[in-house]
Amino acid sequence: MTTMELSAVNRDGEGFLTDPQQWDDALAAAIAREAGIQELTPRHWQVVRYMRDTYLATGEAPSIRTLGKASGVPIKELYELFPKGPAKLAAKIGGIPKPHGCI
Amino acid sequence: MTTTMEPVRTVDAVPAAEERPKPIEKVSIIISKGSLDGVYPGLIMANGARMDGIEANVFFTFFGLEAITKKRQDKIKVATVGNPGMHMPTLIGALPGMSWLATKMMARKMEKLDFPPVSEFVEMIADSGAGIYACKASVDMFGLKPADFILQVTDVITVGEFYEQAAGGEIVFT
Repeated sequence: MTTMELSAVNRDGEGFLTDPQQWDDALAAAIAREAGIQELTPRHWQVVRYMRDTYLATGEAPSIRTLGKASGVPIKELYELFPKGPAKLAAKIGGIPKPHGCI
Repeated sequence: MTTTMEPVRTVDAVPAAEERPKPIEKVSIIISKGSLDGVYPGLIMANGARMDGIEANVFFTFFGLEAITKKRQDKIKVATVGNPGMHMPTLIGALPGMSWLATKMMARKMEKLDFPPVSEFVEMIADSGAGIYACKASVDMFGLKPADFILQVTDVITVGEFYEQAAGGEIVFT
């Protein structure tokens, strides 16, 4: 199996994947680098996988509140890992659509 | 008048099509009311700003201080009198227990939408890196002491200091 490349997948105007299936770990790392995160640490992955798995299971991305409570990474750390917005950035890296909640 | 004035137009008076408004990078939100419907909008806006990577400060003044006062923050109620949006006649809204009931109902709806209670919400916002400030004039007026406030309060500041903190960003009054 070949790895996914940024130029080969379909994304919306803001860079979110339009098809969550066109995704793999290498692509996640490429999207992260594009967003200024040079290396995805195990803590980043924990959040990204929680976001992706929840979306794939329920059809909805978790709120920041749920992310802080259920991902195993508290809110303070979420913002240290993803300074430009944890929920949106983790969704983008995880290859799922942009979360639409206000919370 | 026989002469007509040619409109003065510089080359860059019309913005180029690809030019977009500059994104907001910082907001300072003032919460001045002590009802549930007075407190939540400001909290939602502050949290929402941080969720988008926008720097945020929250300044609590007058009755808004209830939201960061230990004993008061989770007792904040919906105003059922003088609140036309409730669609409730004033005399009914004034009945004992009405405000309690309306608050219960709203809290249940908000929980369903994953809105945290006030105490958890303020903690979330503080953890997101936003500054939480109390207004000195109001603190003095209500005779409050540092021990009355929740731990997340960054500082008690004057209006002047608030404007210093707000420099370079937007100010939203609620």
